[in-house]
Amino acid sequence: MTDDHQLRVSKIQNGTVIDHVAAGQALNVLAILGIDGTSGEAVSVGMNVPSDRLGRKDIVKVEGRELSQSEVDVLSLIAPAASINIVRDYDVVEKNRVVRPDAVASIISCPNRNCISNADEPIQSRFTVLSDGVRCDYCETIVREDEVAANLDVN
Amino acid sequence: MRQDHLISASHLSREDIEAVLDRAADIDADPAAFRQRHAGKVLGLCFFEPSTRTRMSFDSAMKRLGGQTVDMGPVESSSVKKGETLADTVRVVEGYADALVLRHPSEGAATMAAEFVDVPLVNAGDGAGQHPSQTLLDLYTIRENAGLDDLTIGIMGDLKYGRTVHSLAEALTNFDASQHFISPESLRLPRNVRYDLHASGAQVREHTELDEVLPELDVLYVTRIQRERFPDENEYRKVAGQYQIDSETLEAAADDLTIMHPLPRVDEISPDIDDTDHATYFEQAHNGIPVRMALLDILLSQDDD
Repeated sequence: MTDDHQLRVSKIQNGTVIDHVAAGQALNVLAILGIDGTSGEAVSVGMNVPSDRLGRKDIVKVEGRELSQSEVDVLSLIAPAASINIVRDYDVVEKNRVVRPDAVASIISCPNRNCISNADEPIQSRFTVLSDGVRCDYCETIVREDEVAANLDVN
Repeated sequence: MRQDHLISASHLSREDIEAVLDRAADIDADPAAFRQRHAGKVLGLCFFEPSTRTRMSFDSAMKRLGGQTVDMGPVESSSVKKGETLADTVRVVEGYADALVLRHPSEGAATMAAEFVDVPLVNAGDGAGQHPSQTLLDLYTIRENAGLDDLTIGIMGDLKYGRTVHSLAEALTNFDASQHFISPESLRLPRNVRYDLHASGAQVREHTELDEVLPELDVLYVTRIQRERFPDENEYRKVAGQYQIDSETLEAAADDLTIMHPLPRVDEISPDIDDTDHATYFEQAHNGIPVRMALLDILLSQDDD
């Protein structure tokens, strides 16, 4: 554990800390969660912070908002080692790992430009989660785990 | 069949397939018995891409069951030209028909369309995705000529974009079939089909040369390599030339080798093979009628339950 005087990201009073995010993925984490600062919550982001477990890691702290398990499970696709800490009055009251969901919708856009989900139709993209990637429910294109971040559709 | 639609060969079990093939054999044996089977029913044909044989054989199959067809006609003269979504088109057309047949240039179109309609829907080709009704007639032809178990089949040509190949390869995982895929490096099977073949434990090998495997084959399924898949004419000619067969090529083949092709062919099978016992592609095309009659019969009968 880092000493207080070494902290690069300040503690939060109430909210959620997403720790052990793969280095470089913090902004994608925020994008997936739809957190862009417009709703007023204080957000701190640490990138490439030293970590015993990951060497370097990213960390995201969201003040005043407790993220539910279903909200964070989609993070497993880009940050499988992430842990979710719910903080109340500066104490961690709940600590969870992300769990891979069976399916994700509207998070990833299909990289196959000829897929019907990329046409102007009244549907959302939808992917079934595999052990090492995701598969488009429409055209069956498989996106490998290491390609997911490049195909996020959250902006 | 487990579901009301026929979207992808990967959804078909061995029982589903055999039910269609057995019904097709019954129809072949006694077509008169099926002549009024679906009198008063209407099949909607929605082809967003040109088609000759698939459209005509569905049309003919429905009429031979005593039913009728309504055809959307060419896209150029339809509401699609005005910017209507596919989701809207199929929701409107389902009101005119008891079942729909859809061909569309986008992969996944049939999967999406099926989410919007209650009548049975048949995928008659979605881009480079699937073409499962073709597969059923392919399987019927294989069963008649070589048998579906203890089968060694070579599938050659454009394996990447060939929707008939994707459907056939996935359907064959239900049988004791050893599958050999023969293609240029650039046109190998797509990742999702490989994934399914691997997951099913299918016996699969890949080759770049037909010679490596030709003598072992019971069936050789040839597909067309399309010019537009290559950056330039020279590259296309060089590659396509390696995957053409003629009577000389077949000297190394088994005497009872069955040669199939979903048609249309250009020059990948030389006409000098047409008169040999190997040539099965015209019989294969004709099988489209009993097999599509069987498929429609099963889908439309579910509706009666």
